[in-house]
Amino acid sequence: MTSSPIPWVPPKAGRWPWFGAFAILFLIAGQVLGIAGSAPDRDMGDLEKIIYVHVPAAWVMSVTFAVVMYFSLKYLWRRDERDDLAAAAAAEVGTLLNGLTLALGMIFAKPTWGVWWAWDARLTSTLVLFLIFIGYISLRGFVDDTERRAQWSAAVGILGAVNVGIVYMSVRWWRTLHQMQSSPATVDPSYVLPLRVNAFAFLFLMIYFVRRRYEALCLDRAAEHAAEAAALGGA
Amino acid sequence: MAQPTSELAIDATGVARRFGTRWVLRGVSMQVRAGEAVGLLGANGSGKSTLLRIFGTLLRPSAGAVQVFGHDVATAADRVRTMLGFLAHTPGLYDDLTARENLRFAAAMLGLEGAHDAAANAALDRVGLSHASDERVRGFSAGMERRLAVARMLLARPRLLLLDEPYSNLDADGIAMMSEIISGVVRGGGAAVVVLHELAPAAGILDRTVTLREGRI
Amino acid sequence: MALSHDWRRVRAIAWKDLTTERRSKAGFNGVVALGVTILLLFGFAMGPDTQAIRDAAAGALWLAALFSAVLAFNRSYQVELEGGALDALLLYPGARWTIFAGKLLANLAFVGLMLVIVVLVGIVLFQVTVPPSWPLLVGVLALGATGICTLGTFYASMASRSRAREVLLPLLLFPMLVPALLASMQATKALLGGDLMHEADAWIKLLGAYDIIFLVATHLAFEHVIEA
Repeated sequence: MTSSPIPWVPPKAGRWPWFGAFAILFLIAGQVLGIAGSAPDRDMGDLEKIIYVHVPAAWVMSVTFAVVMYFSLKYLWRRDERDDLAAAAAAEVGTLLNGLTLALGMIFAKPTWGVWWAWDARLTSTLVLFLIFIGYISLRGFVDDTERRAQWSAAVGILGAVNVGIVYMSVRWWRTLHQMQSSPATVDPSYVLPLRVNAFAFLFLMIYFVRRRYEALCLDRAAEHAAEAAALGGA
Repeated sequence: MAQPTSELAIDATGVARRFGTRWVLRGVSMQVRAGEAVGLLGANGSGKSTLLRIFGTLLRPSAGAVQVFGHDVATAADRVRTMLGFLAHTPGLYDDLTARENLRFAAAMLGLEGAHDAAANAALDRVGLSHASDERVRGFSAGMERRLAVARMLLARPRLLLLDEPYSNLDADGIAMMSEIISGVVRGGGAAVVVLHELAPAAGILDRTVTLREGRI
Repeated sequence: MALSHDWRRVRAIAWKDLTTERRSKAGFNGVVALGVTILLLFGFAMGPDTQAIRDAAAGALWLAALFSAVLAFNRSYQVELEGGALDALLLYPGARWTIFAGKLLANLAFVGLMLVIVVLVGIVLFQVTVPPSWPLLVGVLALGATGICTLGTFYASMASRSRAREVLLPLLLFPMLVPALLASMQATKALLGGDLMHEADAWIKLLGAYDIIFLVATHLAFEHVIEA
C-alpha cells in the first residue's frame, strides 16, 4: 500500500444495532410459533421442533461463509484491511454457528437414533466445514504480521468456501451409495412459518454479531494506527 | 567516478514500513541519481536492510512511494526486477547444487536467451570461482558463497545494485573485486546503494553516504 | 515469448527441487519408510483377520500416502528458507505461479514415486488381488495424488513460514482434502472389489472436477501468499 497514514476512523455503530433488536423480536416470535403454534410431529413428538433452530442455524451458517468469501475476495482486490477484518469477524461468527449446528444435530441424534453421532451426510459435512474454519482461525492466530495474515487468510478463506459444495456432495454420495438411514428431509407445511421466522431471526443475529465483532476488530486496529501516527509524527 | 546524471535511479518519498505495531522506517525520502554510488549507514536496527528490501521490491512500503528508473516498485514490480542486482545478507544459494548449476538455474529463471553455460562460465570467471565451478556449494566457505552470489547477481546485467553488507566475509582480493564491480556498474550509467556498518572498505568508490537513525535519515 | 519463459521457469524449478532432493537422499527414503510403517500399523489396527485387512486396504493405502506426503510438502519449502533462497527466487522477474507449478511438479514426481512403492508393499501386506481394471486404478492413484499435492504444495507455502508448521499444515490441509480422499478411497475400494456397482465412475469424475477446480484456484491464489 502506498497511501499516507491518514487518521484511521473506526466505523460507527450507526443503525446496525437495529438488527440485534429485530433478531430478538424474531427469535421470540419464532419460538412461540414453533413451540406453541404447531402440533408435535407424528413420529418424533416435540423433539422434531429442534429442527426450528437446527435448520436455520445451518442455513445462516452457509450464508456467513459466503460472506467470508465475499470479503476475502474484496480484500485481495482492494487490499483494504477493513475487508480483512470483516472476513475475520464473519469467519468467527460462522464457526460459532457451525458449532451450534453440530451441537443441535447431536442433540437431535441421541434420542432419535440412540447415538450421539450419525454419519449422516449433512452432519458429517458440517463437521468437515467446522474443521476447515477452525484451521482458518488457527492460521490467523499463528501469523503476527498483519499484511501477511490478511493475505493468507483471504486465500485460505476463499479456498475453504470453494470447497463447501464439493465436501457436501462427496459426503452425500458416500452416504447414499451405501444406503443408510435417511435424514428428516420432508417438512410438514405447518412448520414452514416458524422455520422462516427463525431463519430471519438467525440471519439478523448473524448480521448483528458480525457487525459488532467487526467494530471491535476495527477499534483494535484504530488503536494500532494511532500508535503508528504518533511514531511517524513524533521523535 | 562517473558524473551523476539527472536521471534518477531511485526516487523515494516518505517511505515508511511497520512490522506489526513496530515502525522500522518512519518517512524516509532520498534520491539516487544514475551514475552514483551511495552508502547507507546506521546502527543495527536502524532500518537499513528494510529500506534496501523495499527498493528491491521484496517488501511493500506501508506508506510512501519508491520509483526505480521511473517505475514504481509497488505497481511495476516485475519491470523493476529486470533492472536490479540484489545481494542479500544471506547468499540464498542451493547447497546441494554445484556453483555452475546454481548459475544455470538463475539464468533459466532470468529468461536469458542462448547458452546458459557460456554466461555461467563468464560470471564464474569474473568472480574468480572457475576452479570450483563443479563443486557443491555445501563445501564452500562464506567468502566463496559471497562470490557466487555476486556472480549470480551479474548474470542479469543489473542497472541498479542493491548490496547488503557486501564486504563481509571477503578477503582483500574479494574486496577489490567487489569495489571494481560496483564502480563498473556505476560508470556504465547505473547506480548502487550499499548498506554498510563500517565505511572503510568502500570509502574509495562511494559518492556520498546517507545515515539512518531509528528509521529516519 | 512470455509463455516459453514461464515454462522454462517451471521446468527449472522442478529440476532444481528434484535434484536437491535426490542429492540429499535421506528425504525420499525416509518418506517411503514412513509410508510402509503406517501401512504396517494399519495392519495391526485392522487385523489379524485377513478379510478385515483386505477391506481396509484402500483406506489404509491412502492414509499412509497422505501422512507421508505431508513430510514432502514442508520439505519442498525448507530448502528455500534455509539461507534465504526464497528471496532470490522472488527477485527473478516473472510470473509467480510458475514457482508454484514447478514445486507442484516436483512434489508430484516425489509423491507419485512414493505412492507406487507404498502401493506395491500394500498389495503384498494386505493380500490384495490386482484386478483386471488396474489401469483405471493407476488413473485413480494419479488423480488422487494430484489433488493431495496441489493443496499440499499450496498450504505448505504458508505453513512452512509460520510458527507451529508441523501442526498447521495438517490442520489446514486434511479437512480440505476430504472430498479427494473420499473419492480416491471409494474408487480404489470399488475397483479392487471388481466394481460390480459401477461406482468408481462417479468418484473418478468427482476427483477430476476437484483437481481441476483446485489446480486453477491455487495457481491464482499463489502470488498473494508467496509475497506476503
